[in-house]
Amino acid sequence: MEAFLAAAIVAAMPLLFATLGELITEKSGSLNLGVEGMMLMGAVTGFIVAFGTGSPGAALLGAFGAGAGGALIFAIITVTLRGNQVVTGLTLTIFGSGFASFVGDPLIGKSVPKVVQAFFKGAPLPGLSDIPFFGPVFFRQDVFVYLGYILVILVSIYLYKTRPGLHMRAIGENTAAADASGVAVDFHKYAHILFGGGLCGLGGAYLALVYVPMWQADVVTGRGWIAVALVIFASWNPTKAFLGSFLFGALSILGFRLQSMGFHISQYLVDMFPYAATIAIVIVSTHKNRKEDLPPADLSVPYFREER
Amino acid sequence: MKESAPAIEMRGISKSFGSAYANKDIDLTVLPGEIHALLGENGAGKSTLMNMLSGIYRPDSGSIFVNGEAVRFASPKDSIKRGIGMIHQHFKLVDVMTARDNIILGGNSGFFLNNKALNRRISELSDRYGLDVKPDKKVYEMSVGEKQTLEILKVLYRGANILIMDEPTAVLTPQEIEKLFAIIRNMKAQGCAVVIITHKLGEVMEISDRITVLRRGEAIATVETAQVEIPTLIEMMVGRRVDLSIKRESFHGAGPDALSGEQGLLCVDGVTVYDKDKKAALDGVSFTLRTHEILGVAGVAGSGQKELCETIAGLQAAEKGRIFFEGQNILGKSPRDIIRLGIRMGFIPEDRLGMGLVGSMDIVHNMILKEYQNQRGFVLRRGPSAEKAQQIVDRLDILTPSVHTPVSRLSGGNIQKVLLGREIDSDPKVLITAYPVRGLDIGASFRIYDLLNEQKARGVGVIFIGEDLDVLIELCDRILVLSGGRITGALDAARTTKEEIGFLMTGGAA
Repeated sequence: MEAFLAAAIVAAMPLLFATLGELITEKSGSLNLGVEGMMLMGAVTGFIVAFGTGSPGAALLGAFGAGAGGALIFAIITVTLRGNQVVTGLTLTIFGSGFASFVGDPLIGKSVPKVVQAFFKGAPLPGLSDIPFFGPVFFRQDVFVYLGYILVILVSIYLYKTRPGLHMRAIGENTAAADASGVAVDFHKYAHILFGGGLCGLGGAYLALVYVPMWQADVVTGRGWIAVALVIFASWNPTKAFLGSFLFGALSILGFRLQSMGFHISQYLVDMFPYAATIAIVIVSTHKNRKEDLPPADLSVPYFREER
Repeated sequence: MKESAPAIEMRGISKSFGSAYANKDIDLTVLPGEIHALLGENGAGKSTLMNMLSGIYRPDSGSIFVNGEAVRFASPKDSIKRGIGMIHQHFKLVDVMTARDNIILGGNSGFFLNNKALNRRISELSDRYGLDVKPDKKVYEMSVGEKQTLEILKVLYRGANILIMDEPTAVLTPQEIEKLFAIIRNMKAQGCAVVIITHKLGEVMEISDRITVLRRGEAIATVETAQVEIPTLIEMMVGRRVDLSIKRESFHGAGPDALSGEQGLLCVDGVTVYDKDKKAALDGVSFTLRTHEILGVAGVAGSGQKELCETIAGLQAAEKGRIFFEGQNILGKSPRDIIRLGIRMGFIPEDRLGMGLVGSMDIVHNMILKEYQNQRGFVLRRGPSAEKAQQIVDRLDILTPSVHTPVSRLSGGNIQKVLLGREIDSDPKVLITAYPVRGLDIGASFRIYDLLNEQKARGVGVIFIGEDLDVLIELCDRILVLSGGRITGALDAARTTKEEIGFLMTGGAA
């Protein structure tokens, strides 16, 4: 059981980064459906940098930059040019997957350098890893996972306890009110779209560097879309996003576990679990009563100050 | 800051939207310690002018001076920095956030939010001005009056010394208005300059020191309040003399006793409607609407007015009861069938565009929305509708660049006229109007009353859901009073008093 849950944490990480990224983007009022594309851009860039330099730090930075670069396209089109967010996001997904297969083509089948693999090997946290049950599940993981934990905490604090967090939430809820109060709307939108995209890029890099440390073009396989659904499931709350990612991580490896325990389940059925669960959860979790659990009111609404 | 300089000076300000001038070469001077009223009909350009002062719009030409210094506002932030605070007609508040979050929004005191310290500062400030604001209360839990107070506190928190209020009294009760005026006078005493946009003349006379009148985008005159009379102001606003009496012509014998069956047009019999919490929103409501009659409905907001309108229009299912129209029970019929029978509803919600009109469509297409069912074939024919739209624009004197302008670009009063014009145009037999003059100025309100009277003369039965008791008494033939979903009184308008209605509105016997 402990081993299963520990593996679920690993499977949850790419989802967690992408979900937090999309959550930040949506909280500031932008619906960026390009998560899948940005994850792919981060994955391929992270892999290339790791392959070329052997530096894990540079690889992560590259992945973050690639995700943010994808998001920049989205930001220019939707914030500055006031384009439609849904169409732009979908296009970004297509662009990202094309980018990854084009750039990554010569690398198919290549492995992540040993140095980088070693860097992302498990590193038990002294003290914490000895706690019964919780230790082996949560604290005998790699550095990337610990980064994920810290990120959940930091994003929660940022959103609810800081002034920029307040400003970006206000933009997402009521852009006109934020603008009239003197909040720099475009600046905040750009900053959060870019940062959110960077996190999606990191989620993709985790897949390419740690989860499957070998390059394959279809490395993300719909996880970006699951992340979009998880944001809804989590009611735009970072802590719930962690729980949701954990749940989906567990679901995505459940099939293998059952098969290895001798249950004969079709591989196709097993592969379907997370996606079927996504649909079910979106249906169930759209019924929300608390005002605080509803989507940001101005989500995906383009803002023209002089509109009447 | 120069001692003698006016708080605000605007010179030669012009602003147009598309081809329509909203402001044309306007001059305005507001002195420190002055309450300056900006008066004008809907679409006169009052809000546009003030939005340029708060940095929302940028003027096409002209210059603005604040405390004697020339300024150019690129965004609301620049305006706030100069000490200008604007309270918008539609509150600019974030619903899901607390009062505190809304107050500090846009400020820049520190990265982390120290809620305790902020609460203390907010309480201090609200005590000083005698405002009652609970810092931890969410905006969506607040009444309109509370939201207004919050907006004022927000402006004060920023240390604004120039306050602009866009129709602050439109949604307040008389008691709340008194409180607001006390706050405004308090601010004046502290040397603030206050600009108040309104079209309620009584209030203008009571609160302001000077008045600037705008008409169709131009400044007509600036006068000392003490030296002017209401009729003069109206003439400046409207551009002609306006007769301020509502004519009521009776087509029936006097009193509710004359209510016999043969004149009944619409008979509502024991209708009960439950809301989504299974509580009775309407409880055994019965009344008869006659031809040639305006039937007023009075009541505190939320007493069942909305449910009443929607049940008759077929939008709301009733639990019990019957509604007879020309001898036929229409309860349970679809809205479309009910429209075919000639029953029309113009429900004007707080946001006028919420129900009835599609804001991004022009007048022609909003006409077609109600008409397409009567056209044959798959393809819409715009021609006849465009002609009709033009007729309505001409007849009701709707101020719009053309019939092809999106409705949301029109001012509130003009939107209301479009809505009412469309319903009247279809020759209804029953016309239900809810709050048709909400937020309208005098000229536009009286135009609407005239229209309703015309309909009455044609034989239409009009149900008029109203707020202003004076108007209900003057305009209507009979008045029903709703309280908690029950009818607590059916009064003859010619013989009743405001006091009697007010008593029944709060439950009558209780």
